[in-house]
Amino acid sequence: MNSLQHTAGIIFIVIGLGFDVFGCIGLIRLPDVYNRLQATTKCVTLGTCSILLGAFVLKGLGATGVKAMLAAVFLLLTSPVAAHALARGAHKSGVKLWSKSVVDKYKQDGN
Amino acid sequence: MKSRLVLFIVGFIVWSLLTWPLDFQHLVAGLAVAALVAFITGDLFSRRPYYFGHITRYIWFCYYVPVFLWECLKANIDVALRVLNPKLPINPGIVKVKTTLKSDAGLTFLANSITLTPGTLCVDIDAEKGILYIHWIDVKTQDTDKATELIVRPFEKVLKKIFE
Amino acid sequence: MKNLRWLMGFSFLAASLLFIILYPIPSLLSWQSGFLVHCFFILMLCFAMCLFRIMAGPTPADRAVAIDTLGILIVGFCAILSVSTERDWYLDIAIAWALQSFIGALALAKYLEGRGFDE
Repeated sequence: MNSLQHTAGIIFIVIGLGFDVFGCIGLIRLPDVYNRLQATTKCVTLGTCSILLGAFVLKGLGATGVKAMLAAVFLLLTSPVAAHALARGAHKSGVKLWSKSVVDKYKQDGN
Repeated sequence: MKSRLVLFIVGFIVWSLLTWPLDFQHLVAGLAVAALVAFITGDLFSRRPYYFGHITRYIWFCYYVPVFLWECLKANIDVALRVLNPKLPINPGIVKVKTTLKSDAGLTFLANSITLTPGTLCVDIDAEKGILYIHWIDVKTQDTDKATELIVRPFEKVLKKIFE
Repeated sequence: MKNLRWLMGFSFLAASLLFIILYPIPSLLSWQSGFLVHCFFILMLCFAMCLFRIMAGPTPADRAVAIDTLGILIVGFCAILSVSTERDWYLDIAIAWALQSFIGALALAKYLEGRGFDE
């Protein structure tokens, strides 16, 4: 393992950890379910994909690297679908939007 | 039948990536498992399997991936700045946009792309009328046409070439 | 007053993050894997935030979102574990966990929507 590869892998992992922390701070700070879903589904997904990319850079094209890339592709495909289903379920179960929200076209259309 | 063949090839590729250092025994087991899966659930996989033979769709897909990843990175920085700002500059609401895509795969990819780009989250899809309900963290316009122009346009052109 | 509270919280968070990241600099320079062990503490911080949201969430939907997030974070945890211990089967656990978490999120969404699982 040469030093450039090691440094690049560590940088990817640190960026991913930073985005994970920002997403979780969003989970704490933002006011309602939909905003929390926005923060977590973007930041945590790309943060975890960045960690997996760091593992790929550190380990090269062995068993670890290929499995890491497969897990990253899988996360990028499934995580938005889960977020979409959770948002729809929350709206159908009657969770209100934040009190300062501007508009709710979904409710106006009678769903 | 063609759909089963496509599922067989995709399943075999995923199997050989999962057991990566390629080995003769793993490949034989993968052939058996992929054939079984393709035999049982093959006809559910794709409704228009001849699309997998078109080369231009793959080229447009290769163009789509970097665009998507760049938008995804911008979305993350945007959300991080919003979350770390002490005043919490959000202005949320659910708006309605229109799309002209018809196929299931195209609508799925459009919803996924919208969810992973800056400040937007797809809440529900009405597939017959072509309407998407989008939760927008910073509502710039409540008009349907302007919102369509801002949110859907950059992806719709490319996705139309891939999936329609 | 609100700004002051925010500033205190942010400086505490930044100080703890900088301590966790900068403390193992000697091991980073000597190419040991001690740095990766310290990454676990940052992920533990994230887990603690998710657990707080599961504990305090006002609606069931908040708890479902936090559980989904926890599942994605564990995939990253398994990846770092795999790099730092040089064992590749931790990533098998990561892929299986991602699949289970996805199906669990879909089931929770169905439950929130108030429909049966076979529709």
